[in-house]
Amino acid sequence: MQDRWPHKDAAPQPLLRLCNASLRYGAVDVLQDVSLEISAGGPVILMGPNGSGKTSLLKLMMGLVAPSAGEVHCAQSQASFVFQKSVMLRRSVAANVAFALQAAGLPANDKAIHAALDRVGLSHLAQRPARRLSGGEQQRLALARALSRNPAILFLDEPTASLDPAQTKAVEDIVQASAAMGVKIVMSTHDIGQARRLGSEVLFLAHGRLVERAPAPSFFNKPESPEAQCFLAGDLVISPEFKS
Amino acid sequence: MDETSAFQLILSGDPHLLAIVRLSLGVTLAATLIAGVLGLGLGACLALTRFPGRQGLVVALNALMGLPPVVVGLLVFLALSRSGPLGFLGLLFTPQAMIIAQTILITPIIAALSRQVIEDLWAEYKDEFTAMDVPGAMRVRALLWDARFSLVTILLAGFGRAAAEVGAVMIVGGNIEGFTRVMTTSIALETSKGDLPLAISLGIILIAIMFCVNALAWGVRQWSVRHAG
Repeated sequence: MQDRWPHKDAAPQPLLRLCNASLRYGAVDVLQDVSLEISAGGPVILMGPNGSGKTSLLKLMMGLVAPSAGEVHCAQSQASFVFQKSVMLRRSVAANVAFALQAAGLPANDKAIHAALDRVGLSHLAQRPARRLSGGEQQRLALARALSRNPAILFLDEPTASLDPAQTKAVEDIVQASAAMGVKIVMSTHDIGQARRLGSEVLFLAHGRLVERAPAPSFFNKPESPEAQCFLAGDLVISPEFKS
Repeated sequence: MDETSAFQLILSGDPHLLAIVRLSLGVTLAATLIAGVLGLGLGACLALTRFPGRQGLVVALNALMGLPPVVVGLLVFLALSRSGPLGFLGLLFTPQAMIIAQTILITPIIAALSRQVIEDLWAEYKDEFTAMDVPGAMRVRALLWDARFSLVTILLAGFGRAAAEVGAVMIVGGNIEGFTRVMTTSIALETSKGDLPLAISLGIILIAIMFCVNALAWGVRQWSVRHAG
């Protein structure tokens, strides 16, 4: 892996550490030998072509899947996760937030619920059934649930993948506001523009390997790995084994 | 005309007819309540746990949904008869025996259907709950609550099955007038005796109850779609 992070030695205590972590489903190596540390700071963007292992890496970081080899250290109680297609509980918007608060052992009172909903601009829909919200509103509710747990680190798996530009902007604003409040954001995306807008650091994955890690400006201006160069140029990043 | 007499019996509030309806509803509601507790518990347990032999248990439970009522009646009869293992309870030919038979009949139905509903919902919620680190008991409560409308429909289906059943209650209840005679057994008896007005009036009430139960199930489903998503 090509690591160009300039202040690595001065980095604070890591929130997350992976040591030679690998993930294998049957005969398929989904992730291979990934080692990294993530500390407090600006948003980290996970990029890579389809099938590169972004979602698997996020799930591994969050502890939703166990590594086949290697180690993952992350305090799950300090982490929250928002899925690409979040599942809404069959109850009201407010009750969804109340559930997340209760699951975290926090008081689920009106004040806490409305504070979480205010944060994502959904207070006016508090009594609406969550499954009747639009896709963008559902993602904002998923963010409200995740943020209501006061996480130190928030994993986002392509949270705007199927949203229109206005809804994408709303989600991005919440992500930026959360980052400004000190929540560490680790987010995967396909959208290069979004990665430029939000990222302060980029982790680039290809074929299940972490091939490049760099501050966002360096990555976008001068990617060093051939895979990242291909990806940013809009070319297909094909695994060597499939090249003729 | 038999039909006219049947309607007269219903409209006049014939005490004999009302007593039969009251007993039928009492027995069936009690059986549904007990089977609901047992069936939902068993269904949730099978949906959320993994252990050796679980698949076999699921297949057996599904097969038991088609239990022949007369076979259930026979087994309960043998168990409760004076020489049977539970004969000392003295329950044979009592409403309690009929409740036991109906409970045995519909518990597999409620358990098998609720297992499927809860398992499907669990598949949907699993990643979210794991990410939220939801404690075990809270998971079960949340799944039962979020599946509540489907589970109510299942309970109503169980009630319908129990209310329409005749073979088992005939065997273990004995169809004793004023004591264990319910709607279905009365219809069978009165038809064989040629007393068609009473049989028809009971048939009308039974169908009306089934219609109401199904309308209620439909209403619950519609309400849930509108209000809970």
